[in-house]
Amino acid sequence: MIKVHFFAALREQLKCNDIKLNVASPITVEQAKQLLVEMHPNWQQFLLNNSLLTAVNHELVEEDYIVNLHDELAFFPPVTGG
Amino acid sequence: MQNPIPLSELSNNKPDAPNSRKNKAIAASKTDRIIIQIEDFVLSDEVEMLEKNNNEDGAVVTFCGRVRNNNLGQKVKGLTLEHYPGMTEKSLQKIITNARKKWQLGRITIIHRVGKLLIGEQIVFVGVSSKHRGDAFAANEFIMDFLKVKAPFWKKELTETGETWLSTKVSDTHKAQEW
Repeated sequence: MIKVHFFAALREQLKCNDIKLNVASPITVEQAKQLLVEMHPNWQQFLLNNSLLTAVNHELVEEDYIVNLHDELAFFPPVTGG
Repeated sequence: MQNPIPLSELSNNKPDAPNSRKNKAIAASKTDRIIIQIEDFVLSDEVEMLEKNNNEDGAVVTFCGRVRNNNLGQKVKGLTLEHYPGMTEKSLQKIITNARKKWQLGRITIIHRVGKLLIGEQIVFVGVSSKHRGDAFAANEFIMDFLKVKAPFWKKELTETGETWLSTKVSDTHKAQEW
């Protein structure tokens, strides 16, 4: 199981704070996105946005990064603090 | 809300005590303070914490960011700030670590507020002390530049036409790349 969090504009677009991915083995970030789109086809337009950032266990990662079971995965728009 | 940490603790040079207040996280270091909080902060208290019992450093540089009433030609009424608890603190700690590799620095404080903020309210504070001014000036700007592009905070702006999530400014990205 991998827990996925969404933040800011993306959280509002998906109307979802977090969701669980029931997978039995590690998957790439890209595969995680595909699984989410399979579960919620209407999320495609928001999740396949190139500007979206991805973090695994609080570190920014790329699309090919391998997410292990029990990792914390998060997707969010570019940051705008300060 | 006054001082997030009683001054007596700092003067004893003890590591920051865990704080039970909600939405607040404090780094476990005697010289780095990273605080995410809903409450406002008091500038003079923050300067005092950088200076108190600190006789090694001759320079203290502080920056305070506030909510302004305009953005991209629109009147702004206020902001809502969201963050990613856990990642935010780690990301700010990493920025501080990188700054410490580049310059010789004393104490560093980063405070960032979250939640609803009105015009004129303080959003962010960065304070850096160092032996000489050059290091503190540079490190303060470095920390702000990277906070802008790396730390997971998001601003939602309230204008007369409704609420909008802000987009990243290209100029901010370029500014961080210059270091």
